[in-house]
Amino acid sequence: MYQYNDFDRAFLAARNAQFRQQVERRIDGSLTEEEFRPLRLMNGLYLQLHAYMLRVAIPYGTLRGEQMRMLATIADKWDKGYGHFTTRQNIQYNWPKLPDVPDILDALGEVQLHAIQTSGNTIRNVTADHFAGAAADEIADPRPVAELLRQWSTDHPEFQFLPRKFKLAVSGAEHDRAVLRAHDIGIQLVEKDGQRGVRVFVGGGLGRTPVIGKVIKDFLPEADMLPYLEAIVSVYNTLGRRDNKYKARIKITVNENGLETIKQKAEERFAVLKPLFEGVDQQMLAGIRAMFAAPAFRNAPLEGYEEARAASPAFRAWTDTNLSAHKQEGYAIVTVSLKKHGETPGDATSEQMRLLADLAEKYGHDDIRISHEQNVILPHVHKSDLPALYEALKPAGLATANVGLVSDIIACPGMDYCALATARSIPVAQEIATRFEELKLEHEVGPLKIKISGCINACGHHHVGHIGILGLDRAGVENYQITLGGDGSEDAALGERTGPGFAYDEITGAIETIVKTYLGLREGAEETFLAAYRRVGAQPFKDALYPEKAERKADAA
Amino acid sequence: MPRPFTPKVVTANALLEGDVVYFTAADTWTRQLAEAELLHDAETAEARLAVAAQQQDQIVGAYLTDMKDGDAGPEPTHFREEFRRTGPSNYFHGKQAEA
Ligand code: SF4
Repeated sequence: MYQYNDFDRAFLAARNAQFRQQVERRIDGSLTEEEFRPLRLMNGLYLQLHAYMLRVAIPYGTLRGEQMRMLATIADKWDKGYGHFTTRQNIQYNWPKLPDVPDILDALGEVQLHAIQTSGNTIRNVTADHFAGAAADEIADPRPVAELLRQWSTDHPEFQFLPRKFKLAVSGAEHDRAVLRAHDIGIQLVEKDGQRGVRVFVGGGLGRTPVIGKVIKDFLPEADMLPYLEAIVSVYNTLGRRDNKYKARIKITVNENGLETIKQKAEERFAVLKPLFEGVDQQMLAGIRAMFAAPAFRNAPLEGYEEARAASPAFRAWTDTNLSAHKQEGYAIVTVSLKKHGETPGDATSEQMRLLADLAEKYGHDDIRISHEQNVILPHVHKSDLPALYEALKPAGLATANVGLVSDIIACPGMDYCALATARSIPVAQEIATRFEELKLEHEVGPLKIKISGCINACGHHHVGHIGILGLDRAGVENYQITLGGDGSEDAALGERTGPGFAYDEITGAIETIVKTYLGLREGAEETFLAAYRRVGAQPFKDALYPEKAERKADAA
Repeated sequence: MPRPFTPKVVTANALLEGDVVYFTAADTWTRQLAEAELLHDAETAEARLAVAAQQQDQIVGAYLTDMKDGDAGPEPTHFREEFRRTGPSNYFHGKQAEA
């Protein structure tokens, strides 16, 4: 894992000292809010509905035990004993007080974490496949590239005032777990004729105008990656619109100018930039890569694992849903669900964080991941340790066997916290999860991704949910629109709206109707919701959701 | 005929704590909506907002928001303000826990 060098440490300390002074000057009145606002946003501090909110980056979703423990300490000392993990692999504290924030940032600095560029029109936290370095299907660990990008983009003088925020994601596998195609730039590590390189997607994004990213470069040798990315961002910085916030993201720049124009301009800029790089980036990448060497995997018998599966149906169910294939024989990737039925998706208490830190050190080579799906991953667990791990997770409410199922819902903070929200999302997620737990249906339903956003900004990724829910304010009342058929994977697709929205107290019933309709029409348990939807289209679901309309149509026929 | 004016209060977030505050008739800030000054016409409302917004050393982001005249003082007409005066619905935190 990456370790800060003296330069990183000094930079962060200087930056934190600077912000401490800025906070002091705001409090003593020498800075107005207008002056202070951009400064606090640069350091991840928002003002939300009920309090400030501090957004801390978890670079490429990777944490060590001691870092997770510090996140817990911060939650206890300066917040309300919990944190909220987001779809951008950040953690948000919902209740910090302004005078405490400099101390929080110093505490984060002690464990090499920060909140820099988690807001503002800058390059944001670089996200990555949460199974990086462990997945059986990856060609290389994407995190060294992500770390290089983090260093390059942090305080990059040219890119501190972009037309709008800018999000990067990196993955090392063909199967896209990092939603590359919904990012301003998505980077996929690929190999061609034995040469390492990257495929670059550009102009993806959700929000008000959802767009699936397009391939701007199918193959770029690794050595050209950084100058090429710099070229793209530089072209966007010049061409991107600053007259209209809603047309400022690169997806609009690409749509308005055409991919070919952007590509041509990027190539021109690349030709200028490439000679300036002189290979220093490649030397740094090699250094970073050495720090991400795979852990010393154990070659041990699978003792007790199959026996435990046979003996305990609960353990078996958990292994069926929460494990993924590891590249190392005898190992598994464990997804710890932060979606216990009825709980807030993505929230972890300080106690849970400490337990996860301990368990990662004991069973998981001190490696923890946060997924954009708001779960925690222990990427390297030997299968013989799984029964003990499961037993340790259970009393902490962390052994829910629901990964990838109906109740494994992504939900943004919505109107319960977010100042931009138009409706709540958390209680909708809680109620859907609780309903399906009562129905005891979700294991029968199988893989189904529900994603909920509390406004059109789409932090809850509703456009790429198999079932997406968007909370709106319709004449002063919460109203929920449903989309179907979205997909955030390599087969990326945007969901289609079913029709008129549903009231707050109708939305859970509507979701139940959709799921039951699917169960009634699927060709067998192997046909997933998404596959069935692709086969039959939206109509059967619409007919079930809006029976009056369906009847009228039948009468007219 | 001019449209009837919906009464308003001035609200903001406290500078240090970040929690929701309301402007009173005494030019001070209160955490209780019931103690807020209810403003009955547009001109007064704008004037009071201007006074309130000057207190930059105490608050952030003052704005006018619709209220109705209830039995115990101003009451929200929109769910956003209802949440702001109550707290989140997933935990017993915020104003509801402090009352
Ligand atoms: S989608 Fe909207 S409500 Fe949800 S977190 Fe983003 S901005 Fe806030």
